[in-house]
Amino acid sequence: MNVQVTSRPTIQPSASSKLAIADGDIHPQRNSYKDLYPYMEQRWVEMAKTFGSRPRQAYQAGPAYPKGQPNASRRDAWPPEGGRPGSSLPFMQKQLLDENNIQLGILNPTGDNGASFQNREFGAGVASAMNRWVEAEWLIEPRLKGSIVVPYEDTDAAVAEIERWAGDPRFVQVLMVTRTANPPGQKQYWKIYEAAAAAGLPIGVHAFGFGGYPVSGSGWPSFYIEDMVGHAQSAQSFLTSLVIEGVFERIPAFKLVLIESGFAWLPPLAWRLDKLWRRLKEETPFLKRAPSEYIREQVWLTTQPMEEPQPREHVLDAIGWIGWDRLLFATDYPHWDYDDPAQVLPMPLPEQQRRDFFFNNAMSLYRQG
Amino acid sequence: MSVIQPGGIDCDIHPAVPSLKALHPYLSDHWRDTIIQRGVSELESIAYPANSPLTSRPDWRPASGKPGSDLPLLRQHALDPFGTSLAVCNCLYGVQLLFSEDMAAGFARAVNDWLAHEWLDQEPRLRGSIVVPMQNPELAVEEIDRVASDHRFVQVLLLVMHDMPLGKRHYWPIYAAAERHGLPIGIHAGSAYRHPVTPLGWPTYYTEDYAAQAPAFQQALSSLICEGVFTKYPELKVVLLESGFTWLPAHLWRLTKFWRGLRMEVPWVDRSPAEIVRSNVRLTIQPCDAPPTTEAFQRLLDHMQSDEMLLFSTDYPHWQFDGDAVLPDGLSRDLVRKIMIDNPRDTYSRLLETVQ
Repeated sequence: MNVQVTSRPTIQPSASSKLAIADGDIHPQRNSYKDLYPYMEQRWVEMAKTFGSRPRQAYQAGPAYPKGQPNASRRDAWPPEGGRPGSSLPFMQKQLLDENNIQLGILNPTGDNGASFQNREFGAGVASAMNRWVEAEWLIEPRLKGSIVVPYEDTDAAVAEIERWAGDPRFVQVLMVTRTANPPGQKQYWKIYEAAAAAGLPIGVHAFGFGGYPVSGSGWPSFYIEDMVGHAQSAQSFLTSLVIEGVFERIPAFKLVLIESGFAWLPPLAWRLDKLWRRLKEETPFLKRAPSEYIREQVWLTTQPMEEPQPREHVLDAIGWIGWDRLLFATDYPHWDYDDPAQVLPMPLPEQQRRDFFFNNAMSLYRQG
Repeated sequence: MSVIQPGGIDCDIHPAVPSLKALHPYLSDHWRDTIIQRGVSELESIAYPANSPLTSRPDWRPASGKPGSDLPLLRQHALDPFGTSLAVCNCLYGVQLLFSEDMAAGFARAVNDWLAHEWLDQEPRLRGSIVVPMQNPELAVEEIDRVASDHRFVQVLLLVMHDMPLGKRHYWPIYAAAERHGLPIGIHAGSAYRHPVTPLGWPTYYTEDYAAQAPAFQQALSSLICEGVFTKYPELKVVLLESGFTWLPAHLWRLTKFWRGLRMEVPWVDRSPAEIVRSNVRLTIQPCDAPPTTEAFQRLLDHMQSDEMLLFSTDYPHWQFDGDAVLPDGLSRDLVRKIMIDNPRDTYSRLLETVQ
């Protein structure tokens, strides 16, 4: 009898012989606000207890678009000792870092982190506490590096937070989200990018956020699936704003990492922007080069959730158009749409390309090793 | 360069209402009195600033008057040079932008009657799209039912950005009426500007406003599919007009992947989004935001996985290409024939009914 083999055999090498991996998107999770209290000023502890976070969305707790799974997490990511997925460093070390031979993991404390609270001053206090919490409870693991949470809607406070951590090698990036309250290329945000560039830190922009505007130009969609797919459109708008407002032109040392927003949309967006710029360049005379050139030199993207065309090989074209040196592998641990480094690529690749994709690109961008 | 096939069907041209005054004969007494008494002067959308380079190709800009407002020039610029046999008129006058539903209905009616008399009656190669007051689906259906008996009208025209995502049940009566009359829904670039065109607020530059149309189409497509419009109306064809199309494969990769992971949320979506789009959605070819090499463009066409989705368009008088380079390089003769003739015929069942 002939057996048709439709999937590649999965080889399980021992951890020591596995390729070293850099993971561009790991989410440390606190179990409750209480975890932050030791790191917060007392007035903000009272604020948290009495009024809560109050982001620009409808619910006190939980997302307006219910997730697909509790905590949007892998079912096997609940720590055996209790607590929420992503809340236990020992379990994360075992389940994620050791298991996959992750040598560099970038922590992105997204979610209820102060960055988009309606009360901006309270938000700045929480963002600051998040960084102290990450420093004290997570960066004790040398494979993990931090992203600085900044209250980016309050420029001065954000710059102060960057300057507080600049020079600490355990923090390697400044964290924003795609859904800002104003187009992120606008002047109010420039000082943040300048401070990050001066500190030699990329700006990592993760999907999500509550800027306050509907997540589509036609209002609020009905479903979580639209919200999730829509992160690619928010990222396109984010990048368009930075390019067309001339942020890359004005701050040559500015580096942007787009996290968890997909990547295959980038080449068509760059083609569109180039064509539009040639047609409409009198509107933006400060742009000295075609949009695609700034993008090619100053933008990186994480891979999760990996694009999965049928046939899967098509994704290699998209990666080639972006540049193999610009993609950073990421798992998004502990979330449900986690990418496994053993399964993420559609086919075996040349050794160098594999090493760049899984490790070297991130090591070089984040100045490690 | 790809070789144009004579007899092509141009699926997106824009005759312009020369001025509000031109609509006076087609407005009811009430609305004519209203605009005079209240001093309503024009309803031109900010989507196409009058003197923006994109708004009109330089050699298509008339000495006076609005680009696209003169029939002899339209023949000379858009129809004759490409050997066009039929062209679909998508009038972009700002009717859908009004806040008053009744005023929108009054103006939609006037625009449709103006188009029928001033353009379709004068030039047998022209066909029309029905402008509807999408502010109120009930009134939109009334307008579709009123105009659809004139079979020179071949589709219903919507803007890609309005009060709410286009897949919402609010709009379904419009889709039911369109399906009933055998009319595709044409969704055109543009916005009623009820919300900022980006999820991050109002952008600074016009360049960004126009760039934002492509993500808006991506989200409209997500909405139509996820809400189940094509499950409820399986015969409905949707044509994306002036949408760009090179973003489509990447968008479908992402949407289809999330559908696999989250289909429990939208169980009525009974086929993969990529499959739904291949059977029910078409896109016009201008603007063509093409990759820098023909080789990459060929790969992109492979990624589309269908040769039935693209429809020929000039987007007259908007400036999307120069000379007669209306088709991107590297299309085979067979594909040109499909794009220029077969695909439009298959999309618009009414197109050939009224050819003399």
